[in-house]
This record gives sequence, structure tokens and C-alpha cells, in this order.
Amino acid sequence: MVDQSEQGLVKIKKAPHFLKNWATSIVKSQSFRIFIVMVVMCVVMWIISPPFRTSTNILSVAKNFSTYAIAGIGVTLVIITGGIDLSIGSIFGLTGVIATMMFAKFNIPAFPAVLIGLALGTLLGLVNGLFVVRANLPPFIATLGMLSIARSLAYIITKGYPVVGLGKEILFLGQGDILKIPTPIWLMAVIAIIFSIFLNKTITGRRIYALGGNEEATKISGINTDRLKLLVYSIGGCLYAFSGIITASKLGVGQPTAGNGYELDAIAAVVIGGASLTGGAGTIAGTVIGAAIMGILRNALVLLSIRSHWQQFVIGWVIIIAVILDQLRVAKN
Amino acid sequence: MEEKKKTGRGTPFLAMRGIYKDFPGVRALDDVDFSVKLGEVMALVGENGAGKSTLMKILTGVYAKDAGEILIEGQDAQIVDAASALDLGISMIYQELNLIPTTNIAENIFLGREIKRRVFIDKKEMHRQAKEIIKMVGLELDTNLLIQDLSAVQRQLIEISKALSVNARLIIMDEPTSSLTENETELLLGIIKELKQKDVAIVYITHRMREIFEIADRVAVMRDGKMVKTLDARKTDTGEVVRHMVGRHIDTLFVKEEAPITDVVLEVEGVSTKDFLKDVSFKVRKGEILGFAGLVGAGRSEVMRAVFGIDKKESGTIRMHGKEITINNTVDALDNHIGFLPEDRKLQALILNMTVRENITLASLKALAKYNFLDKKRERAMSDEYIERMRVRTPSMEQRIKNLSGGNQQKVAISKWLATESQVLILDEPTRGIDVGSKKEIHSLMSELAKQGVAIIMISSELPEILGMSDRIVVMHEGRVKGELMRQEATQENIMQMAIS
Repeated sequence: MVDQSEQGLVKIKKAPHFLKNWATSIVKSQSFRIFIVMVVMCVVMWIISPPFRTSTNILSVAKNFSTYAIAGIGVTLVIITGGIDLSIGSIFGLTGVIATMMFAKFNIPAFPAVLIGLALGTLLGLVNGLFVVRANLPPFIATLGMLSIARSLAYIITKGYPVVGLGKEILFLGQGDILKIPTPIWLMAVIAIIFSIFLNKTITGRRIYALGGNEEATKISGINTDRLKLLVYSIGGCLYAFSGIITASKLGVGQPTAGNGYELDAIAAVVIGGASLTGGAGTIAGTVIGAAIMGILRNALVLLSIRSHWQQFVIGWVIIIAVILDQLRVAKN
Repeated sequence: MEEKKKTGRGTPFLAMRGIYKDFPGVRALDDVDFSVKLGEVMALVGENGAGKSTLMKILTGVYAKDAGEILIEGQDAQIVDAASALDLGISMIYQELNLIPTTNIAENIFLGREIKRRVFIDKKEMHRQAKEIIKMVGLELDTNLLIQDLSAVQRQLIEISKALSVNARLIIMDEPTSSLTENETELLLGIIKELKQKDVAIVYITHRMREIFEIADRVAVMRDGKMVKTLDARKTDTGEVVRHMVGRHIDTLFVKEEAPITDVVLEVEGVSTKDFLKDVSFKVRKGEILGFAGLVGAGRSEVMRAVFGIDKKESGTIRMHGKEITINNTVDALDNHIGFLPEDRKLQALILNMTVRENITLASLKALAKYNFLDKKRERAMSDEYIERMRVRTPSMEQRIKNLSGGNQQKVAISKWLATESQVLILDEPTRGIDVGSKKEIHSLMSELAKQGVAIIMISSELPEILGMSDRIVVMHEGRVKGELMRQEATQENIMQMAIS
């Protein structure tokens, strides 16, 4: 009897407690905090800059950061496992060139042409993974090599010339819109939702977090950590490729130089979004907001007529301050 | 002449008196007296955790003592850090050597006290002096050689010569021969004998009785933080030393209940690894608790890691219920219903940043999923079940595991395997470093599991635990199975005899 009533009490106490926990965990979460930062930035710009308020401007900001976000989502998975990928920009450039060539030079319809680009990106990601898993290379080295190799291939294949002559089917990816909202934003939203579900609702997602949290313990729990690594690098490659193809379509040309240095922006978005480079932490929402913050920042600097040379300077500080704040938060907990 | 004799052979160099040291929840040293004379080799022996390392760490300034005094040549000595110990002439040579593999011999010997001419390092002078220094231990080597290119014994000798070069008068060696071959061991023991002639005092920590009787003058035996006995090496034998080492008070009541022991479940035959394990065989039956005894480093964990597919096997076969199975990785082990609780809870068993729930279900995710989607309701039910069954004390299943006490963490780590319904459960030091209450709970759980027909393998370095819980005991020594004892015939003495010789 005593036991039962005690249990009852516990349950009654637990229910609101649980809800409160849930609410506080959202408020306390890194994504929420940087979401607030983003909102504050928007409010400030809204007040001080009339051109910022126009829907054209806001859509163009979103359209611009969506490709960063898509690549960022790919590398978020890699970073959660405790890895890193430096080959983002090169895979981005090479696959953009390949997909546009398939379309423009070999007259392959847009859809299969894009698929070929995505498949190539996935394959290059898989190769990264194989270097890490089979050759036991540190991810930094493996993907540094790929950065160089993939970029070089883009030059070799195009002989250094941009690929032109893109038709409207393939241009739709980067320049079209659905319900007045640019296609890249739709694509980003769909990809973000798919991978949020993947990370939070599937057992593979759970295992990816576990791997980054403690590789040895994950392995000893009977989980094939090698396969997980191959998976995240492959997904990464696929998403960098998608980002690259959308960008080529946006610009209307396949540039072998496209995406030079893109890896740093993508990784910056992930880090601002609260992921830890030591693994085990990071969210898709965080990465999308991180990419948005960088996009809004770029836009703000342009609108406030600050010379473009200052862009990198400001972004550099944003990265450093974001991580310092995050470390303070972790230390406090 | 008179002056010299006073500080020469046979005069007491070190005297430690009434040393106490407490760690949270445990008295590591309890009124310990210890002394060494110049020109003497003092062997220091004891089971794992007897307090040898703690005592030496106090002597070398790594830990501060809680009470007691340390006299060096009759003078009260203040040892507050490693530097003050060195100043008093005390050097310790650690098991993991303090040499930097990628630098050369001379640079290592003069690390931190480089010879300089103005602001530049005087390499020529350093190499010249280094050559002299290593000659003291009989090494004739090019001092430009990198440490990583030297053999194990050469590295040991360089450490010793380094100690001599700073005028060490007391050198502490912690299991110096554990990584040496037989010839190398002989070489090192020879050098130690020479050091004795040079009136250096030596503390020699080892588990190898043969070496003790070859070089030691006296043997100090520790047990449970106390100095049990100091014996004259010429007037004692292995039997007496072992008797003093064990004889540990069995104050824990072990919750061992008889379970019917039936068919063989897991059978391991002739497992060897590339450089350590040699032809290890054993079997464990349904309802049986098989204890694995041996000293730290005897290869017990390595056997289990090989069986579980973490480390690569060179040869050997594994059978489950009489049928040969292949275990190349941990996934195979899990599929064959083997569970493994590793030695280091925090580094190998738990994901510290994850919640209690996520840790409990980590090995059972497949069973909780449909088309790869996790059924969170069933996941919570599973967590609830094991939190209750294991009496895990946590505010909720959403608590991060790092915030729990060691005992509760361990219960979660075990729950992870219970949730997979393992038929063979390997527990590596299941109660190390946890509170007495949790310890008892884990023991009673082991009994309960055995009754339910689980075959349990338990590695433990605590002899009372081995004796209290095991139905049968396998003793390992240096990568091999040394022998096997039934519960009725096993004593602390006969296990320790097998484990050390």
C-alpha cells in the first residue's frame, strides 16, 4: 500500500516535471540560443536598414545561405562522429562541373545528369571514408588529400574552362521557384527535415552520436563503427555534390574553380551551430541557423556598405566568439 | 676514510615512519614504516592495490602524505614535489618510461638541463658527457641514436644512467623487467648488482619471485595499505612471501548462491594473439561463474578482448553450444549472444555525454527498431525495466550518465548487456572502484543471472571476490593459462602461487 501510494506520488510529480524539463531543454539547447542570436540580428537589421526589410532581399539571403546549409548538413554528420572533412569545396566544384557537362556536352537530360553528379559525390565521400577506415588515416589527412585530388580532376576534365550552355531544366534547381520561393530554399528545407529525422528518430542516427561520444564504447556495444564512418562520409560527399550542382545552376555555369574555400564556410556554420569538433554533439537545426547567421552577416555588411574585404574578418570573429560562448556554457553545466 | 664510511654501504639512507594516506572512501596507507640502506636492494611486493605505488608516489613527491615523517640520512626531509625528491637524490624509473621516443639519447639525458654556451645548446659537450654517463651502465652506443630505435632494456638502462647522472642515491624501479626478454632481464639484474657495489640504494617493485631472490637483500611485503612484514631475503622463500601477501581479511559477505551448472555454453580453444597470448583455452557452462585470476598484465582482459572480437586473434577456435562460430568483430559477438563489460567503465563502457536511457539501450537498438526507426516508447519501457531491476539510483532515465555515482554507472553498463539477453556475460573487474553497497548488489545480481542459466566469466584482481563468487577459477600468468582450480580447492595462497611464478 505504502509502495503504491509512493509510486503514485512520484508519477504525479514526474509528469509536470518532465514537461518542464522538456521546455527547459529546448530553451537551454545550443540551437535555441543561436536562434535568438539570429533573431536579434534580423531585428537590428530590420530597424536600421530599410533595404533589408524587402522580401526580395530576405529571399535572396535565404537562397544564398541554403547551399552553405546543405553542404553544412553533410559535414555535420561527419563532425558528430568526431571526424572532419576538408574536401567539401573540391567535391562541390568537381561534381558541379560533371553534372553540367553531362547536360551541356553529352545531352543527358537534367534529372539523370544531376543524379550522376550526386553519385560521383557519394563515391568520392566513400573513398574518403575508406581512407579513414581501411587505411587508418586521420580524417584531416584523408580529406586534405581528397581536397587536392578532386580539385585537380575538375581542372583536368574542363581543361580549366567553365562549362556553359545550361538549359532551363537544370537551371530550375538554382534559379527557379515554387510558390514564389526559390528552389534552393525548398531543397534545403527538405534535406534539413530528412536528416533531422534521420539523426533523431533512427537507430543509425543514435549510433552516429554514440560513435562521436565514445568510439571504443560504441564498438564494444556490438556496433559496426567502420560502417557508420563509411556512411557519414558518403552522405557528406552526396550533399556537397548537391550543394555544388545547385550553385552551378544558380550561376548558370559549371566553374572548375567553384567552391574554393567552401569547406571553411560549411564547417564554420556547423561550429556556430553548436557542434563539437571532438564529436558527439551537433544538430541539423544548429547548422542551418549557423549558415543563416553567416548569410545574414554577409548581407548586413553589404547593406551597410562595409567593404567586402571585411567579410572574412567579421566571420572569423563570429566563429571564435561563438565557440568561446559555447565553451563557457558547457563549463557552467 | 672515516668520513666516507659514514655515508657508505649499509648506512640507512631512507626511513619512512608512520605514513598515512587517505583517498576518498579508502585508506591507501595505514601507518607504514619503510627503510632502505645504501648499497641495498629492497624488494617491495604486494597484490595489486596493496599500496606499493602510493607509497612510492609519496616518496617521489607525486602525492602528499597525510601523516608521518620521512628521514633522509637521519634528517627530516620535506618532499613537496618531484623536484624536491630529485634534489634529495631520489629517482623513480616508471613502467612507462619517461623518455621521448623521437629524440636522441643525449637530448633525453639532458632534458630540461641542457648544457648551454651562451644561449645555444652545446651539442658537442652534451654528447661527450652523455657518452660517459651511459658508460656507467655498460652501454656503448652512439648518443645520436633515437630512443625509438633502442631495445627495451637499452631504454631502461638509459633511464637508470640518467638517474645516476643527477646523483641519484635511491633509485626506485617499478616492474622494470615486465617488458624485457630473459637475456635482457639478466643484463639489467647484472647492472643492479653493480649499482649496489656503488652504494646506490634500490627499491625494486616486482611480482617475479625469482628476481627477488636473485638480487634483493630484504623483502618488504604490503597488504591492504599496511606494511605486513619485512623479511631477510636469504632467510625466506616464495611460500612465506606469498603467505604474507595474501592472508587478506575476507570481510565482505559474498552473495553466492548455488545454481545448477549444466551444459557447456562457450568453449575457447587455443587462442593466441600476435605478440602476447599463447594458446589460451577454457570453457564455461550454463549457470556457472568462472573466475579469471592473475596479476594485472597477466593477459586476462586481452583474452576477453580477443574472444569478443575487439582485438585480432592469430589462431584459436570458439564454440557456442558445441558449434564452431566465427567472431571477427564485436557485431559477431553480439549476434552470438555474448556480452562484455570492459575494465574501464568511463573509457570503454559508457557514452558519458549520453543519458541513462541511451546507454542502457545502446546494444539493443536493433531489437527496438522497425525499419531503422527507433520505437521510443519501447525504449523507455526497456530503460524503466532495467533501472528498476538493477536499482539504478538516478533522478530520471534522462539524466546524463556522467552525473551518476560509479556504482550506478556500473549498473547501467551491466544493464546494457542484460537488455541484449546475453547467454555468456564477460565481466572485467565488475566491482572495481565502486561503493560497498553497489558491490553487493552486483554480486547478488551475478548469482541471480547464473540461476537463470547465464554463463558468467568474471575477471577480478581481488582474491576474496574470486574466491567468494567463482565456481571454478582459471589462473593466468604472462599470457598463458597457468592452471585451473575448483571452488573447493582454491585458496588465496594457491592462486597467488600460480599467478606469480
